[in-house]
Formats: sequence, C-alpha cells, structure tokens
Amino acid sequence: MSETTYVKGKVRALEGDMVVAEAMRQINPDVVAAYPITPQTEIVQTFSGFVADGLVDTEFIAVESEHAAMSSCIGASCAGARALTATCGAGLALMWEVLWCASGLRCPISMAVVNRSLSAPLNILTDQTDMMGARDAGWVQIFAENHQEVYDNAIQAVRIAEHPDIVLPIMHGLAGFVLGHTLGRVEILPDEVVKQFVGQYKPSHSLLDIDHPATFGAYDHWDYFFEHKRQQWEGMNNALKVIPEVGQEFGRLTGRYYGLVEPYMLDDADVAILIIGSATGAAKVAVDQMRADGVKAGVLKLRCFRPFPAQAVADALKGRKAVAVMERSSCFGGETSPVSAEVCSALYLRSLPIKVVTYVYGLGGRDTVPDEFCQVYRDLLKIAETGVAEPIFRYLALRDY
Amino acid sequence: MKSWKEITWGGLVMEPGSSVAYETGDWRSSRPILDEEKCSNCLVCWVFCPDGAIQVENSKVVGIDLKHCKGCGICAEECPRKAITMVDECEAKAEALK
Ligand code: SF4
Ligand code: SF4
Repeated sequence: MSETTYVKGKVRALEGDMVVAEAMRQINPDVVAAYPITPQTEIVQTFSGFVADGLVDTEFIAVESEHAAMSSCIGASCAGARALTATCGAGLALMWEVLWCASGLRCPISMAVVNRSLSAPLNILTDQTDMMGARDAGWVQIFAENHQEVYDNAIQAVRIAEHPDIVLPIMHGLAGFVLGHTLGRVEILPDEVVKQFVGQYKPSHSLLDIDHPATFGAYDHWDYFFEHKRQQWEGMNNALKVIPEVGQEFGRLTGRYYGLVEPYMLDDADVAILIIGSATGAAKVAVDQMRADGVKAGVLKLRCFRPFPAQAVADALKGRKAVAVMERSSCFGGETSPVSAEVCSALYLRSLPIKVVTYVYGLGGRDTVPDEFCQVYRDLLKIAETGVAEPIFRYLALRDY
Repeated sequence: MKSWKEITWGGLVMEPGSSVAYETGDWRSSRPILDEEKCSNCLVCWVFCPDGAIQVENSKVVGIDLKHCKGCGICAEECPRKAITMVDECEAKAEALK
C-alpha cells in the first residue's frame, strides 16, 4: 500500500496526558470513572472538561478513590458499557484488589497508567514499579515510548481488550512527566476515523439485558474456580496473536504499524539493550553513537509486557552475545527483576546461551542519558569478550561510592 | 462436571434463581427450632433471614427450610417473641435419629 492512502492526521503539540484525554474524547466511551492523582490528573481534568462541554456522551463518575474508580468501571462494564479510566502509581496500588475482579469478571476496561514510582520515600515521578506490581493481575499491559505511541496505544487498547478472543482489561503505560507533562508532536486522527476503528462495543452479556438475566460475580467454589482461571490464561495467550493483528490493522490505516516488540539496529548486533517505555529514545541515540565507533549495538523495545512475548523476544535476541535488560522498577527479592526474569526464562527455555545482565535505572524519575546507555554497551562488550556476566544485577547511574 | 471450554466466562451464571440449587444448609452448625406456640407470625424472621429459609404459607410461618438454612441465628436474634431457639446441629441430628 502506498503511503498516500494512509489517513492524514492533524499534527498537534500536546502533553502526553492531553493526548490520552484527546483519544478518550474520540473513543467517546459510555462510562469514565476516575480519580485524579499526579501525574495523571490532567487526563481526568481535561476529559471532565469534555464532558462538561458536551463533547462526549460519556457518563463521568467522579469517585472518592481509585478503588471506587475501578469498582465503578467494573460495574459499568458488567452492565455492558465501554468503560475507561486512568490512574498512576499509588492510585494503581489502591486498585489492586479490584484489578483482579476486572480481569476475573472479563471486563474489557481500558486504563491509561501514567507510570509513577511507589512511595516511600515520597516520590511522584516516573518509573514502572506501579505496572510491574500489577503484572500478574490478568490485565494486558502495553507501554508507549513517545507521544504518538501514547495516542496510538490508547486507541488500539480498546480494540485489544474487547476482542472476542481476549475480553480482558488492558492498561497502557506512559511515563509520568517525561511524556505525561511534556509537549510532544502527535498526529491526531479525524474523529470519524477513530470512531470507526474502535467501533461499537458489543458485550456478550449485560447486567441490563433483562431478557437474558445473568448473575455476575457469584461465588465460585473449588469445583469451578480453577476452570474459570484457565479461561483467563486462554484470553491472555490469545492476546499474543491479537495485539499484532490490531497493530497491523492500525498500521494499514495510519502508516504506523505496531507489534509486540520493536527492534532497532538489532539484526547484526552483538550487544543489545532490552527496554520498555520512554527511555528507549535515549538508548537508540546511544546505539547510533556506538555504531559510529564501530560497535554493533542494538535495542529491543518491549511494547507489550503482558502477555510476555517470549517467542518474539527470543527470536529478536537470538545471535546476540550479551544483552542488558533495563529495569525501571524497584521490585525486591528476586535474583533478577520482573522483566529480566521473563527474558532469562524465554532464552533458557529455547536453549539460547546469551549472557544476560539486569540494570535497574531511572528510579523515581531519574533521567537516563545516552552516555549512560553507551556505558552499558561498553559493559556488554566486556561481558561478550570475557564471558563473565557477574555481577548480573547492576544499578545504572547510581552513586555507588 | 463441565470443562473450562464449556462454561461461561468470568463465572457468569445464566440461569435465574439458581441459588436454590446451592444447598447452604450443609454449612449449619446450629439449627433454629421454631416454637409455634410463641410465634405470632409477625414475619420479622422471614424479612431478616439471609437465605430465604423461613417457609411461609398464607402469611404464616410453616417451617424452616433446612436445605438452605445455614444456621446464622439471625432469626433467633431478631424474633421479638423469642420463638426461635438455636440448638447444636449435631445434637439436633442425634435427636432426630433416636
Ligand atoms: S419473628 Fe418470631 S414471632 Fe415473628 S414470625 Fe418469626 S418466629 Fe414468629
Ligand atoms: S438461622 Fe439464619 S439461615 Fe437459618 S432460618 Fe434463621 S436466619 Fe435463616
């Protein structure tokens, strides 16, 4: 397909949070129940403005907490509504109990998570500890690198969650402040195009369907609980197929194609960084610098973390000599970390003898600059040369003296 | 029993009124005993019973559905005439066997 057939968007400069709100306006969901929390506040604030101005048909519920926000979305979703919300950090943590209800009840709710660290010490800036903490809650999880991806993910999220083979809630992450509060270039599609892409939500069951009364959320004993959980694995596994399908369909429309992972200069790379989210750009700059010095460096960006695209990661990393998994979360007690545990598992189970090290970086909003990623590549070269990966758990740009 | 492929998603129960099929009487460790002489048929117990186990016909309490009464004791607590007494379930069973 030639590029001229792609739908032209309107180029705008918007803050990441505004981008989410704008996508939500175009999606025009039936219900939004949300509680404001820094750095997500602008999403709720902006969207509630759209509601007040009559630009959407949405029933907006101003709730008293994030637990109530998610509970309201669950109720709305069970009633057959397309329900959206947004949160971050501590707000996501407060939702924890009901996150599992949303996935267990098969409520395809879409939620923007403006990634924020978890206190204490008190911190409102970005890292991915919030979503990593919710990684096993039965939600699909995708992340954005930049403003355009924030927009594109927000739109695709609805289609992914509601796909009849998935029917699970989805959270799409964007870095707090770094994306949420900075202006970025973003192409906003015409309203009608978004409306058509997301389509009308057709729930298979609805609490309000009085002709087919159903009980939602009934007690489930030892006799069927296990079988219902097995169904959730099925929905989650199906997402590995559906996410790229939706991403390709979106690409045919807009020229921006999406999959589970995105390689950068990886084909011939000896050393690679695997990373999620907004710092990917700095890692790509480091690749260009290293390549200028003759080092075959590459990046594998993970767009989707749940379900974990193990085969895609293994295929992309196959042939690399050493890999650094960048971990922007503080999840304690494992030998590695949420992301690198998955990567190590994917490689080990496919007998790929690649040296893997974990670098924790950027906690609590600390910037990571290309020079620091260059240092990682230099470390990887040494590992590739000596075959010694220890220490396998490292801290990037930590004052360690 | 059905496989995970044969059941509705999310534990949805598509059959209305199906809680009758779930015999919560299995849980009971205390059994309510109704003294018909004391009972004024005010139906306070019927209102309060969380399991709909107070059997009423023509506005009169005619018995307690022991398949569903889970022995919570709310009826005994709420009865203004103290017409319901809770007794130990094992003893009640033993008594019935005599
Ligand atoms: S509450 Fe007591 S008096 Fe009233 S109907 Fe029940 S058993 Fe009878
Ligand atoms: S003991 Fe509880 S469940 Fe049984 S009849 Fe009384 S109120 Fe109902």
